[in-house]
Amino acid sequence: MVRLKLVLVLFILCFASTSTGKEKEGIGEQFTEELLLRPLPDRKVLAHFHFDTRAPPTASYGRHHRIFPKAIYQLRSFLGVNQNAQSAMCKNMFQASSQEQSLTASYAESKLRVQLNCTDTPLGQTSIFPFGSLAITVLNTNLALLDQVHKFQVREMELSFTQGRWNYERWGGYDPIASSNVKPPGVELWAVFDVPQDQVDASWKKLTHTLSGLFCASVNYLESSTAYSAPDWSFREFSGNLRYGTLPREAVCTENLTPWLKLLPCRDKAGLSGLMNRSSIYRGFYHSQRLHLTSGEFNSEAVNYGIMLELTLTVVLEPNTLEAGVTRSSGLALQPSWSLRSLFGREVGERCVLAKSSNVYVQLEGSLVLVLKNKWEENSAYGADTLSYEEGSLSNPSFELSVCPNRIIKEVNSLHPEGPSILYHYMMENYSDSKPFELEFKWKSPLVWSCPLAPLHASRFLMGSGNERGAIAISLQATKRSDDFLVADIDEKGCRLRVDVFQVVPWYVKVYYHTLKLFVDEKPVSQADIIEKMRVSPSEDKVSPGVMELILRLPCGVKSAAITLEFDKGFLHIDEYPPDANQGFDIPSAVVSFPDFQATMHFLEDNSSNESPLERSSVLSYTEVLLVPLTTPDFSMPYNVITITCTVFALYFGSLLNALRKRVAEEERRLKSKAAKKSGRVPLLLSKLLTKVRGRPWEPPQAASTSSSQISYKLIFKVILVAGIAAVRRGKAAEAAQERTCYNTSTLAFSSYI
Amino acid sequence: MAKREEPPKAKPRLLIRAGILIITHSLLVSVICCTAGVFALLLLPILAKNTYISENALLPGSARSMLSPHEFSDANKFVKEISSSNVEPASTGIETPRLIAQHIADLGGEVSYHKFHPQLNKFHPLHFFSSPDPGIVQVNYSCSSYGINTVGIIRAPRGDGKEAIVLVTPYNSLNITPGEALSLGLAYSVFSLLTRVSWLAKDVIWLAADSRHGEYAPVAAWLRDYHAPTFGGPRKPNAEICGESALYESKANQFMGSKIADHFRRAGTIAAGLVIKVADRSVDITRDTLSIYAEASNGQMPNLDLINTVNYLAVHGQGLLVKVEKFWSFLHSKWLKVFGEIFESVGKVAKSLNPQWVFGISAMEYIEGTATLASSLYNQALGVPTGPHGAFRDYQVDAITMEISPKLYWSHKAKQAEVFLRGGRLVLLFPFKTFMLVEGVLRSINNLLEKFHQSFFLYLLTSPSKFVSVGVYMIAFALLVAPLPVVAASLYSDANKRGPTSVKHKLSSSPISVDEAHITFRSWRWLSAAKTVFIVHLWGAVVTLMPYFICQLPNCTPTTSLLVWVSLSVFGLVVLHLVLGSPSAFVSASQPQEKEWALLKSVTVSAAFVGLCLMSVINFATAEIGALLIVPMCLMALPVRLNTSAHKFRAVARAAFNVVFILVGCPVVAFFMLKGVFEGFKNINVGEFWFWVESLWVWNSATYIFICMVHLPCWVLCIYILLHPC
Repeated sequence: MVRLKLVLVLFILCFASTSTGKEKEGIGEQFTEELLLRPLPDRKVLAHFHFDTRAPPTASYGRHHRIFPKAIYQLRSFLGVNQNAQSAMCKNMFQASSQEQSLTASYAESKLRVQLNCTDTPLGQTSIFPFGSLAITVLNTNLALLDQVHKFQVREMELSFTQGRWNYERWGGYDPIASSNVKPPGVELWAVFDVPQDQVDASWKKLTHTLSGLFCASVNYLESSTAYSAPDWSFREFSGNLRYGTLPREAVCTENLTPWLKLLPCRDKAGLSGLMNRSSIYRGFYHSQRLHLTSGEFNSEAVNYGIMLELTLTVVLEPNTLEAGVTRSSGLALQPSWSLRSLFGREVGERCVLAKSSNVYVQLEGSLVLVLKNKWEENSAYGADTLSYEEGSLSNPSFELSVCPNRIIKEVNSLHPEGPSILYHYMMENYSDSKPFELEFKWKSPLVWSCPLAPLHASRFLMGSGNERGAIAISLQATKRSDDFLVADIDEKGCRLRVDVFQVVPWYVKVYYHTLKLFVDEKPVSQADIIEKMRVSPSEDKVSPGVMELILRLPCGVKSAAITLEFDKGFLHIDEYPPDANQGFDIPSAVVSFPDFQATMHFLEDNSSNESPLERSSVLSYTEVLLVPLTTPDFSMPYNVITITCTVFALYFGSLLNALRKRVAEEERRLKSKAAKKSGRVPLLLSKLLTKVRGRPWEPPQAASTSSSQISYKLIFKVILVAGIAAVRRGKAAEAAQERTCYNTSTLAFSSYI
Repeated sequence: MAKREEPPKAKPRLLIRAGILIITHSLLVSVICCTAGVFALLLLPILAKNTYISENALLPGSARSMLSPHEFSDANKFVKEISSSNVEPASTGIETPRLIAQHIADLGGEVSYHKFHPQLNKFHPLHFFSSPDPGIVQVNYSCSSYGINTVGIIRAPRGDGKEAIVLVTPYNSLNITPGEALSLGLAYSVFSLLTRVSWLAKDVIWLAADSRHGEYAPVAAWLRDYHAPTFGGPRKPNAEICGESALYESKANQFMGSKIADHFRRAGTIAAGLVIKVADRSVDITRDTLSIYAEASNGQMPNLDLINTVNYLAVHGQGLLVKVEKFWSFLHSKWLKVFGEIFESVGKVAKSLNPQWVFGISAMEYIEGTATLASSLYNQALGVPTGPHGAFRDYQVDAITMEISPKLYWSHKAKQAEVFLRGGRLVLLFPFKTFMLVEGVLRSINNLLEKFHQSFFLYLLTSPSKFVSVGVYMIAFALLVAPLPVVAASLYSDANKRGPTSVKHKLSSSPISVDEAHITFRSWRWLSAAKTVFIVHLWGAVVTLMPYFICQLPNCTPTTSLLVWVSLSVFGLVVLHLVLGSPSAFVSASQPQEKEWALLKSVTVSAAFVGLCLMSVINFATAEIGALLIVPMCLMALPVRLNTSAHKFRAVARAAFNVVFILVGCPVVAFFMLKGVFEGFKNINVGEFWFWVESLWVWNSATYIFICMVHLPCWVLCIYILLHPC
């Protein structure tokens, strides 16, 4: 009865709150969408979708939103003391079967009086519905509690699903997209909690389960303490209660994209997300969907927005071209021309009316602009056209855009030596279903350029072979142009390049941190010379992974540097092996960041507050995921184990029972009687006959000796027979099993005979 | 058997009785077991089973080949360029790597050069089972001795880059043969296809290995740098000094500018390796043939599934003739034919009795199977890899060499050039099939979710599609080895049993305490025999190490080296004998020991048993062949001067058998006998044995240790027993 009432009340309350929410419509929730397209040097195109949803702080706005996804909002305030009821309220509204709810209700009831006294409810709705006031009060109390438990909450969180690898050498490693949007393969999740230190782990566990359900992914595997770690300072600058975990093996597919799209107000029905044709975006070379949640309410410097949700999708696509093969042979090939339709198979139709702004940018990188400029000048030197190359004007001999952009934005304060990059800005407000936005980018002359690279290219690999030990090596190679950066980076402390390394290693790879060796330019250097700061928390078997955080100060002119760490390979318990244990075990990506370098792009704009999709962060790159082959048992072994244990048991119990059953006296008596009766009737008669013939007195024959040897021969025959049968049987049975089994079957047969 | 007494005594337990019975009939048991062992070995081709693909994920041949004529025209152009670049007289070996790198870069792959110098093949007794530390082999190499491997990598578009497949095409950069050029073209066409496909899950590495120092060395060097790079080692000579800067001056290409990395590029854990070679001569005129080489060092084999996949695709997909190595001389051997016919007729009889008994194979099949089996056994026993794939096995990577012999008949070079230029269609016909084969194999391996583990690792091949698993072929070995402990036990118990009877009569009046002391002394009598055996084995260890010093001698022909080795060994043995004395001397001084030789033989046989069993764990094929030689020798060894009471004829026959077995048991003689059987006795040079042994130790083959530390001591001990004064 109580439950029924509760459901009813929940429903009413939800209704009531939406109605109150509507009153406050238009105060501050906003949604913007952006798409950045950038041609890449290796005939591919980068498409970066960026959806931004912001909601004002709960205190001023309430907790019911029109645009902001409920699931995420609840996620933000999900963790706490009394929030099961809150989550149940909207999520499981019509599935009120769980006992949890009634429990919470009763719990809340018991606390009712106390809470009523000490909280003032900002959204007092007690008097709206006179009936069932008790239950309503309970829930209101819960809501009030919610405000109180703000300190138990997620301050910031990022979840990413990635397929494929970002090619740092070809697609760049210095720009904001490569630094903050590129993620390691699989799932990566980190979250900063605003709860006391001892509750962080519990909150993390709840969070992983919630996200797992929300995104149809096995994020819940991050719950186990062996799967996540707590980096101190190397992953993010101020990470107090941060937890970090990755699942490198998680496969990413549309089932993860669909829930992600549900967080958008227009889903993929209208607006830029309408471009997300599943088959085209999953056909690409890199696919990364990311969810970043920032809760401003917990920050002391209160931001305008209470909670901000960033959803990004980064894909690298290769335009379908037919002429690719034809042009290849003739020296420099023309870059493939592309259009939105050729990339996505769709174009932007109806705009999402809920979006405050909806923009498409086409970006030309600084180095490309430089190349274009040179080309322009070269051409203008010959031709009569003496106009200087300006602002990426559209009338140029190298490429052509089918639609004239609304604006051309040029980067300011560019740190890159190549020069500023250029954005062509298209506003989607001008397009509609009847007049879809179809952009075509057409190359007219072949060009070669390269993307700005991070100062050092980080790669990681395994050394050694065999099942016993190995070593992890992180190698940092200076990129060709890093000299330019480094010259610019000399400070008073001498020219040093700071490199942060953060590496998590699962416990079954037992890293010996004392074996850390450092090499700069292929010469060994002592740790004190290079390492500025280091934090190591060794792994604990079956409890926690090993974490290493390093701050290196490398000399500026460094050509190459390497870090090596030796490890032993551990043994796992049989039930700790994953289903495909023979593939090997993953070591998640290490994070190498360069805090001295900021991947920023400033664009001069009218309202530069939030228009640019590119934010400020330090240059960061992820290394490869490693695959460590560990010793794996033969999983057909149960068969072997059964046979061998049966053999042992048969031998043991056989002899034991023999020893217990027989008594010496009885044995002797039996033997005597046996000896008396030993010879059969026919030989007895025969011997009697013989004696009669010979005329001698008959004596009982001493046939024992012959009989014993007869028995022995019989025995040998039987043994051979059994062995033979066993061999034949094995021939049939062992087909599927490994070669090892063959010993056991015959032993078993033999022992069973004994 | 215990003597029968009047009051019925409790019989010993069944197992013990059986044991005692077997020991008492040791002669019979050993004859039966040895015969059965040899017979089982001969029976193996009949017991061979058809191979089957055990790993379901491989799915060979389930996808349609994606090849287009486009790749072929490109590959043909590439082959032409390669062969023309090499014609230039001042060839320094740089042109071809640069050309390959240029092409790979144009395809969009990542390229790097791998410079290496070959490691000197030296005998390092201390690094026998571990590959020598690259740090210690640092000799000044001139620029010309460097080899340059070209490495191209395709990153799987959506893969996570944890695993990689390696494709190796060895070629001699100084002088490319047409076959090598074709194999490069083949790999190029596959590579160019793979840059465009979307199904790739593992990265693909193409290693164009510079085989100017042999085919094995570049692959081994590359794998060593892949798995165990040295940081902080001595710097390699500058590229500028060696004039290799020309390598990096490639014309600006589409993707990377002039960015061909000079650092070592890697992909993930290597899942499998495929070495592709195109033979310069054709084996079969009517069909393309594919030869598979799989044996790696110390008889390690790749997973059978890899061979199965290649075989399945080649036979059922492309209709190639697949071959594995076999001893050709066996095909014409008379006695094998007789065996084959016997087995065939037995099979027929069995079939006529019961149509369900189908185990007979035709005589021809039997002979072929035996020839292949013998070759498989020999190659495994030798412990020397049969191709560049052997380098992979050292890093637990499954790899095979696929040698393709086209049906085109290439007589000489001039004709070859014509074929390239004019006979475009003929050339096209050939790589078409092999291209699809390589593509199919790569695709199958790419499908693999786990590393190869489903199928067998221990097997012998009797044909490309038939194998004998360890469960079957170990029966022969077990039967051969089984008599050794039985004979040892029987000899020991005999020596101990008959001792007391004779001693008892003499010492019947002596006090019991003396008798007891005597008995305890007697039960420890075997120690002196064990000492002899131990000393001889120690000597064997010394002999093992001797070549290290002999190699240091300047100006040695193989024959003289061998003679020095043999004479030093004999000298060492004599010295040991003189210094430590004949162990029987001490014992016989205290009391007459007519059974001294029996104890010695018992310990020798036990030692041989232990040695063979240990070897069977390391390299089964060696143990098998070793058992064939050692077991009869050890079992037959009896002193020549033994009891004259027996028949004169029997004694002579026994002595003759002894001498024959011991002669055959000598490693040198056995080697030349085998060689003579397989290759004819015409051109036999004593130095060849030295070469053979040298090849064993430079490849770190455990067979060498087996020969020197098990076989040789056993042989010496058998001679010792033969000459024992009893």
